[in-house]
Amino acid sequence: MPTSVPVSWYLILSAILFGLGVAGFIYRRNIITVFMSIELMLNAVNLTFITFSYTLKQVDGHIFSFFVMVVAAAEAAVGLAIILTVFKNRETLMIDDVSSMKY
Amino acid sequence: MDFFILSLIKAAIIAFVLLTTLAYLQWIERKVIAHIQLRVGPYRVGPHGLLQPLADVVKLITKEGVVPSHVNKVFYLMAPFVAVALALISIAVIPFGPQITIGPVTTWMQLTDLNVGILFVLAVSSVGVYGVALGGWASNNKYALLGGLRSSAQMISYELPLALAVASPLLLANTLSFREMVNYQSGYWLGFIPRWNVWPEILGFVVFLIAAFAETNRVPFDLPEAENELVAGFHVEYSSMKFAAFFMAEYANMVTVTAVATLLFLGGWQPPFPEPYSDFVPILIFAAAGVVALYHGLHPARRMDKFTFPATGLLFLGIAVIFGVSLLVPVLKTILMALFWFCGKLGILLFLFIWVRATLPRFRYDQLMRFAWTFLFPLSMVNLLITGLIVALSSK
Amino acid sequence: MTALIFFLFASIAVFCGISLVTQTHPIASALSLIGVMGSLAILYLQLGGEFIAAAQVIVYAGAIMVLFVFVIMLLNAGAEGTSLQMSNFAKYAGIFVLAAFLGLISFVIQAMLPKTEGVVFGAFQGGTALNIGRKLFTTYLLPFEVTSVLILIAILGAMVLARREI
Repeated sequence: MPTSVPVSWYLILSAILFGLGVAGFIYRRNIITVFMSIELMLNAVNLTFITFSYTLKQVDGHIFSFFVMVVAAAEAAVGLAIILTVFKNRETLMIDDVSSMKY
Repeated sequence: MDFFILSLIKAAIIAFVLLTTLAYLQWIERKVIAHIQLRVGPYRVGPHGLLQPLADVVKLITKEGVVPSHVNKVFYLMAPFVAVALALISIAVIPFGPQITIGPVTTWMQLTDLNVGILFVLAVSSVGVYGVALGGWASNNKYALLGGLRSSAQMISYELPLALAVASPLLLANTLSFREMVNYQSGYWLGFIPRWNVWPEILGFVVFLIAAFAETNRVPFDLPEAENELVAGFHVEYSSMKFAAFFMAEYANMVTVTAVATLLFLGGWQPPFPEPYSDFVPILIFAAAGVVALYHGLHPARRMDKFTFPATGLLFLGIAVIFGVSLLVPVLKTILMALFWFCGKLGILLFLFIWVRATLPRFRYDQLMRFAWTFLFPLSMVNLLITGLIVALSSK
Repeated sequence: MTALIFFLFASIAVFCGISLVTQTHPIASALSLIGVMGSLAILYLQLGGEFIAAAQVIVYAGAIMVLFVFVIMLLNAGAEGTSLQMSNFAKYAGIFVLAAFLGLISFVIQAMLPKTEGVVFGAFQGGTALNIGRKLFTTYLLPFEVTSVLILIAILGAMVLARREI
């Protein structure tokens, strides 16, 4: 076990979390779980920003990460309102069942 | 390595004192509410009910822990644990006094000082909403679910005025750590008025206290958990130790929030008037309390008080003698004076919490939410704007 | 010490991420996501981002996830039925083999890359609220104002969408 962790391991962790988010986004059928996988992807990207801000010894990565958090908050609010509306009209939370506009 | 041992000793002291204080805070609350309502309160278990918290702990431990059927076992058992753990963690950044030197060791009277200490307390209180929400949802009971949802919606609505009211003294002091905040409030104007943040920020202090009442689910904002509303709200399905955990979490939140109010607005451990004169205040107060107790012990109204009042009087006179002796020993003087002023201010704010509980009726839920969003939140924003304007104009 | 903390919280983050994707009940997924956010906040602290770590816990784990948990409780989202028709052995052995394969690939790739510096806790002191505030209100003032308008639009949109039709 090395005494210090190379910076690339943080990036590998971020890639693993991003991959898990993509897997959840593709394979899950519950719309809220799909939304949470999107949040997982945004968190992985935040970790990459902070890691590179550490590498370059500048604070701009923290500011980008801050904006990502703000945009995620706005998107969560509007997305959950849309989910509530879909539930009110279709009575279901499975994305396979919201398919009335399919050919 | 001695940093670890020192931190372990400090953590043990703080944990022990805090848990004892939480138990006796309940005794104080019951006695104060009883005397406001012209009755006596717990009286029979030990002299003047002093062993009542012990009896309550024994009762709660030995009660049968009923877990209802069809609950989600993992979340049902996790919710009070999360509530208590988060409520106790935030004491770690509260400083009780200045730097002291005991023998070879120089340390602050604080478990750890983060330079984002105030954000840490806000973060822990934000995550503390989950204990309530999960407890209400996991109970498989529609009243508990409604109570849990209402309580967590109330807590997150009042977090906004709380955070904005906290931001105004941060603008004045230009720091986020508690130690620097108390150091900013040292010194006196005109030689005798203390430079506490409450004088320029009186509106922020009032907004902070009101938001603190709502954050800790205390009266007048305790609709989601009152006994005669919604069948006691989110903790209706909890018994014995898990209920005790929610209770302890509420009192620990109260202590944390009053400690933060003391540090941010009332100057922490700084005395209200300059040093040589303020050293005699604890001696005078405890000596006066001892003399009054001894006087009432001469002609007691009840038979038991022929013993307890003189005993209390002698105890207070003994504490006054300890304070007097400590004036000669500098290390002891720093510790005792800092603890006296900090716990004195904390005690006054806790007495305010208990006093309000005995006096005010509770808000209806929609009145509560409307009060937060249409009155308290704009008020705290106006306070922040005015503070920012004054800081910007006066720091050229 | 740094390596110990990194391995502990990175494994907690990956474990919670896997649990997010594989749990059937949405509440369990939500709590796993809160676990991911908490461990990522500790990793941000290690990288010197103390303000971002506190903001992550206050905003992400303490407000956005509470919104998710509210919606799940309001909609009474139950556990979704599993549609995978694999045997238990295939599921667990498959996950293990996949993880081992990914670990091997990443180790091989990382051994071929040029050596990067190690992360030392305290090497980057620039993540204070002072620095972030300074940069935010001077260099990045336009994005800051644009995001405040964005939040205003989001508030109005959420209120219009979730309004009760009278």
